[in-house]
Amino acid sequence: MELLTPGVGLIFWQLVVFLLLVFVLGKFAWKPILNALKIREESIEEALNTAEQARQEMEKLKADNAKLLDEARHEREEMLKEARTTANAIKDEARADASKATEKMITDARAAIEAEKKAAMADVRNQITDLSIMITEKVLLEKLSEDQAQKDLINNYIKELKLN
Amino acid sequence: MKLKISIVFTFVFLNFGLANASSGEEGEPFNAGEMIMHHISDSHEWHLWDGAYGTVPLPVILYSPDKGLDVFMSSKFDHGHASYNGYAYEDGHIVAEDGAEFYDFSITKNVASLLLTAIIILWIFLSVAKGYRKNKGQAPKGIQSFFEPIIMFVRDDIVKPNIGDKYEKYLPYLLTLFFFVWIGNMLGLTPGAANLTGNIAVTGVLAILTLILTLFSSKRYYWNHIFWPPGVPLPIKFIIIPVEIIGIFTKPFSLMIRLFVAITAGHIVLLSLLGLTFIFQSWAVGVGATLIVFLINLIELLVAAIQAYVFTLFSSMYIGMALEEHH
Repeated sequence: MELLTPGVGLIFWQLVVFLLLVFVLGKFAWKPILNALKIREESIEEALNTAEQARQEMEKLKADNAKLLDEARHEREEMLKEARTTANAIKDEARADASKATEKMITDARAAIEAEKKAAMADVRNQITDLSIMITEKVLLEKLSEDQAQKDLINNYIKELKLN
Repeated sequence: MKLKISIVFTFVFLNFGLANASSGEEGEPFNAGEMIMHHISDSHEWHLWDGAYGTVPLPVILYSPDKGLDVFMSSKFDHGHASYNGYAYEDGHIVAEDGAEFYDFSITKNVASLLLTAIIILWIFLSVAKGYRKNKGQAPKGIQSFFEPIIMFVRDDIVKPNIGDKYEKYLPYLLTLFFFVWIGNMLGLTPGAANLTGNIAVTGVLAILTLILTLFSSKRYYWNHIFWPPGVPLPIKFIIIPVEIIGIFTKPFSLMIRLFVAITAGHIVLLSLLGLTFIFQSWAVGVGATLIVFLINLIELLVAAIQAYVFTLFSSMYIGMALEEHH
């Protein structure tokens, strides 16, 4: 029974000592300990957050870089394509121009040749006419003297003409 | 390894002390019940071993309305053979020879061990706090790193989930409670120690402090639940309401009884097993009993921690229940 009857003295001392313990520990132990734990936890969390942020920023930067690279590549391709088309156009134009000029030259040359030919023909015709007139004249002159002589003369002229 | 050695030493000393204690009264047969009661009860002297200096006298502080304050050492009683200033010492109690009323505020064995426990706790946690001051913002070192996870366990796994957002206000009390019970329980297991946390006055004070804290932090919702439980038919309310009112007091009562019984019963079991040796007067029983006591002492170490956990857990739960708001 003695075990179940609390003594006044022990109740008193327990109350006093325990409350003192709560007070002293609360002020000089739990407060600094819990504060330090809290601060440490906060700093850890902050560090983790910062790291996460940095990682995200890094990723964003990387993505931006990739985008920029992609854009640059795209632009280059575009430029190359444009340049190629321009070059082709210039080439085509040049080719067209050249062929036109050649054709013109050919036509001109042809026309010139034609004209020369015509002139030459006219010249030949004129010479032939002159010769014919001359021959006719001479034949007419010979015919006036003698037949044989005329014949010889004509033959001579013809021979001459052949030599020409 | 250190722990093992200290446990072995515990038994050596426990057996040693017991052997001496039991052979104290020459010629008398060994009385196990008396021996056990002697070990688990409070006393005005700290008996370590028989002989000239084996018993440490403790200060006696008495207050009586008639004679005022009396302070003297318990050695004045000469182990109950002499009376002093009208007071006599009988069966571990001080009685007034004239039967007058008085109050006993003596530094008994339990009070002395309470002071010792308090000093050890102060020393431990002030050193831990010093650690936080010294290595500010750094990893914990030494004793600090041993207690930090335990403090965090109490905070994060006992107090926070049961009390909720306002837990910080109750942490100093609950942390002190946890470590007081735990360290007190373990000191009670050391050889020659008092049965401090197995004393109903000690557990009762702790339980009443929890009750006071519960009542002071209670909200409307808590009282509504007790005096007008919602969702209960009217006739049943007449049964429920008294039960709820009794419940306010049974909760701390269970706290008080649980710790008292767990620790005292543990001591009784250990002492009974050791007592077998002296009942049978046999070496073989002594060896067997020591082996079993060794194992039970390991269990007692576990019980010491579990009881501290349970006391703190239930205190947090009661406070948490009182704090609950209607949702």
